[in-house]
Amino acid sequence: MKISIYSIKFFGLLLTCLLTINVFANQSNEQAQQDDGRVSTPSEIEEYILHHLKDSHGFHLVSFTNDAGERVHVGFPLPVIVYGNDGFTTFMSSEFHHDTEGEVIVEKNGSRFVNYHSKIYELEEGATELVFDEAHHPVNASKPLDLSITKSVFGILVVGLLMLWWFSSLARQYKKRSIPKGFGRVLEPLVIYVRDEIARPNIGETKYRKFTGYLLTVFFFIWILNLLGLTPLGFNVTGQIAVTAALAVLTLIIYVFSGNKDFWGHIFWMPGVPILIRPILAVIELVGTLIIKPFSLLVRLFANISAGHIILMSLIAIMINLKADLTPVGSTALSFVLSLFISVIELLVAFLQAYIFTMLSALFIGMAVAEHDHEHEHDAHGNEVPDAEDIRENFI
Amino acid sequence: METLLNDFSPGLFVMQTVLLIVLILLMVKFAWKPILNSLNEREEGIQGALDAAEKAKLEMANLQADNERLLQEARTEREAMLKEAREIKTKMISDAKEEAKEEADKMITQAQGAIESEKKAAIAEMKATVATLSLEIAEKVVKSELSDNGKQMKLVNEMLSDAKLN
Repeated sequence: MKISIYSIKFFGLLLTCLLTINVFANQSNEQAQQDDGRVSTPSEIEEYILHHLKDSHGFHLVSFTNDAGERVHVGFPLPVIVYGNDGFTTFMSSEFHHDTEGEVIVEKNGSRFVNYHSKIYELEEGATELVFDEAHHPVNASKPLDLSITKSVFGILVVGLLMLWWFSSLARQYKKRSIPKGFGRVLEPLVIYVRDEIARPNIGETKYRKFTGYLLTVFFFIWILNLLGLTPLGFNVTGQIAVTAALAVLTLIIYVFSGNKDFWGHIFWMPGVPILIRPILAVIELVGTLIIKPFSLLVRLFANISAGHIILMSLIAIMINLKADLTPVGSTALSFVLSLFISVIELLVAFLQAYIFTMLSALFIGMAVAEHDHEHEHDAHGNEVPDAEDIRENFI
Repeated sequence: METLLNDFSPGLFVMQTVLLIVLILLMVKFAWKPILNSLNEREEGIQGALDAAEKAKLEMANLQADNERLLQEARTEREAMLKEAREIKTKMISDAKEEAKEEADKMITQAQGAIESEKKAAIAEMKATVATLSLEIAEKVVKSELSDNGKQMKLVNEMLSDAKLN
């Protein structure tokens, strides 16, 4: 609650700042006009939102114009680690000088790198500028494997350390007392909730314990990252398709490797179905298990979080877009009310998506490890006879 | 789809996978295992305490029943003792009464005997006295008759009346 309100306030403050700066801005430098962090027209807003949704190689918190009329960007660089044609290369992202248009070329280890729309390209020999073909593929550059500590990786590290800190201190508390105090008292019910409401009912009493560690980790990982995405720090980790894909693939690997004989039996040779239909069902089941289930997991989380970020930022942008029609005060008030409303919903969505992802993972694992008590074929006639007798007895 | 694939960063995917696996392993080792074990232990402890409480309650009820029974027994015993005491008391009183009566009867009989003997003695003494008096009177009468007839008679009468008063 607090976080979201602060986030809106911060965003509002930030954008109003940018707005006023824009009015009095002293644009002395042609270069600075290209990417000076100002957002004031609809196309700039769209670009800003799309830029935010993507991962980036540095932390950019705020930009302003100082007394000397120079643009100042507040943030900090993150290390870039790429594996290109000449092996591993590392340098700080500050060497790009906040450029994301592929204009600044960084030369390291005999390779030359540019940052174009938050992606690192390695220029070929002799190329001085990134050139794209009609399908928007670079002609004279290749994409190295980018293992940088990007904003998302930084977020993942932060959340991982937070989780380790919080939960290991909770674990240590149990050595001294059986009921935790302080923040542990908040965490414990959440752990119990995941165990009793997600793991236990979906996987089953006998086997849930083995998978609870994974489910708990994923639940808190997604939830905290979702919440972090609502803060004004500009994280959008669970809105990165690579992140959700990694999560979904891990769930896939877990349920594929813990699937028992019954599980595979039901996929490849469905019992109780005419023989001719079985191969068709096998194909459908196999596709469903190996592709559709993880794909639905990864897209659901990615789409929900991305949509939340787009909506929230668009509502904040009302402040700028409707300024002419509603006066600055009116547009700010409208934007504030709407984004407050959507922030509260996003707070719910943050929990809900973590819950759904964990829940479905548990469900898929539960399906893979379930012991099927094959129902004995009941004789319909045999069942009916005692019923009739009962009825007769009742009559007599 | 094109943009989705374009947005997909293989590097981030690798980093996320590696970090997530490391995080899961660390969390399982340092957090989830001890936490879940402690929670299980605590839940079992609570269950045990509840069971023990239930057992204690049952025992308490048994004890109470025992107490009640003992109390009942004591009460009946007391009742019996009281009854016995009452009976003894009644018996003692009646015994005492009987004894007293016997004693009294005995004393009365003795007294009556004594009275009778006294009476006999008195009568005998009176008889003796009367005889003596009669002799004296007769003597005086004889004496006065010898002097005056009238006087002698009178004297005899007086003497007689005196004798009667005696």
